[in-house]
Amino acid sequence: MSLRPGVLAQEAGMVLCMWRRELLRVRKERARWIGALAQPLLFWLIIGGGLSKSFRIPGAEHVGSMQYFFPGMLVMVLLFTSIFATISVVEDRQQGFLQSVLVAPGSRLSMVAGKVLGVTTLAVVQVIFFLVVAPFAGFPLHGVRWLLLAVVSLLACIGLTAMNFTFAWLLNSVQAYHAIMGVLLLPLWFLSGAMFPPPGGFLGALMMLNPLTHAVDGLRQALAPDALGVRGLPVPIVLLILAAYATAMLLLAAWSCRRREAS
Amino acid sequence: MSDVALQVRGLAHAYKQRRVLTGIDLDVRRGEVFGLLGPNGSGKSTVLAILAGLLARQEGSIRWDGREIHASDRSFRADLGVVFQRASVDPKLTARQNLLVAAALQGLPGAVARTRSAELLKAAGLEDRAGDDVGEFSGGMKRRLDLARTLIHDPRLLLMDEPTSGLDEASFRDTWRRLETLREGRELTILVATHRPEEAERCDRLAIVHEGRVMTVATPTELQALVANDVVALDCADPERLRAELKARFGLESLLHRGQVLVDAERGHELIPRLVEGLRDVRLDAVSLRRPTLADAFLKVTGSGLADGEEGVA
Repeated sequence: MSLRPGVLAQEAGMVLCMWRRELLRVRKERARWIGALAQPLLFWLIIGGGLSKSFRIPGAEHVGSMQYFFPGMLVMVLLFTSIFATISVVEDRQQGFLQSVLVAPGSRLSMVAGKVLGVTTLAVVQVIFFLVVAPFAGFPLHGVRWLLLAVVSLLACIGLTAMNFTFAWLLNSVQAYHAIMGVLLLPLWFLSGAMFPPPGGFLGALMMLNPLTHAVDGLRQALAPDALGVRGLPVPIVLLILAAYATAMLLLAAWSCRRREAS
Repeated sequence: MSDVALQVRGLAHAYKQRRVLTGIDLDVRRGEVFGLLGPNGSGKSTVLAILAGLLARQEGSIRWDGREIHASDRSFRADLGVVFQRASVDPKLTARQNLLVAAALQGLPGAVARTRSAELLKAAGLEDRAGDDVGEFSGGMKRRLDLARTLIHDPRLLLMDEPTSGLDEASFRDTWRRLETLREGRELTILVATHRPEEAERCDRLAIVHEGRVMTVATPTELQALVANDVVALDCADPERLRAELKARFGLESLLHRGQVLVDAERGHELIPRLVEGLRDVRLDAVSLRRPTLADAFLKVTGSGLADGEEGVA
């Protein structure tokens, strides 16, 4: 039997290994995955419920806070899933399993792709779980554009996970990763249109540069035919932006892995 | 074909401004166990990290099987197995899952992966624990699984960085017994970095690494022969005065190591009574005689001890 497979088998093996490991670890990390699901759910119930009397979108008065916040909560599920899954990279790289990955024949890009695909698989499953409550938010399941929802979730999660992987790879401690989470990742979500539509001026321009804004926009359009009265970009443009974001982040993560070795 | 499997020339490395390797040359023969003996911080782990591709090579060349290799050399990596200072297994997976994941990492087909995993679990004595989470394993069992993981693709070159670090005596002996078994009937070249003299003694040849340089390369026996005589170790409240007295009264050179004064003596058993008698006013606390170890050889070659931060004084 040959124990020296070809290049394609090595690359596919690397992707498969990283993807499979993520799925195998799920049953040992139930609390983590429940947390990634429960946190947005609680956030939605508390903030959405608390603001239900005062929330109002000019021109779309029929949209309530619970309904408006829902697409943003799906993005929060993706964000938390990717954060929780990549935080382990910090220690894993220095003295754990990732060391054996780094000395294997496969490329860094395949390593990142495998990890990102594993996390994305889990995140998309989490989003599907979360959609169980969609009818309570005013989105009947028969009205959901499922394909668009899946593609937007997939691309957004690939981009987010690859981006968070890069942070985890470049940082030396879990504490530093938490700091990044506080000062960058959560503000990214707050400025995604999840809580309020993009206003005009500087803040609006800033929000348009945020890839999560387009993820929320895409999900909003997938859930509601009128996009809840928020004027967003056309679907093809949204998908193009998210695809560009995902590709750029994947390449950045693979490049970061190589760059770190040189230091 | 040359009997040198791995050749390293002029390997140098610096972390920012601090040079940790200053031109390492090595010739590791096919099928031998070659040791890098040095204390923590001497640069031996950096050599392994560069060979494994974990650190970018800054200066120098590496040849494997007569062929120059570069950082992302796929065929070299396929020949390589690396045992790290800490077992690189996933505690949240079972032993079998760890090996299957490692097999996937090498691109092995599923059927081959399952066969190899079963063989290696059996060889590691972990057959009965194959379905248990690795987080429940003892340090020795994790090490055995880690070695099995490293061997999943039948590597031709094994890099081992302090492979018995943190293991008790029984696990240490068990690890080396398994390595000896592993070498039987196959051409496996092993490069091991260690600071343990008892581990270094098991190597075919050794390079003494000190402050990023190879000081000498020899067999363990040849190195021990550098300290050809007995070692007489003297404990005393004032070791500096003792060294001065040894020089003045007996014409003996000595080394100060971990607070002990060491004398290299041809016939130690005859010297001891003379020292005790001749140094009554110095007040010796203890005198002992032993055969030289590789730690003594290291001290003789480098003037420093093998333990962290200890300095020998010549």
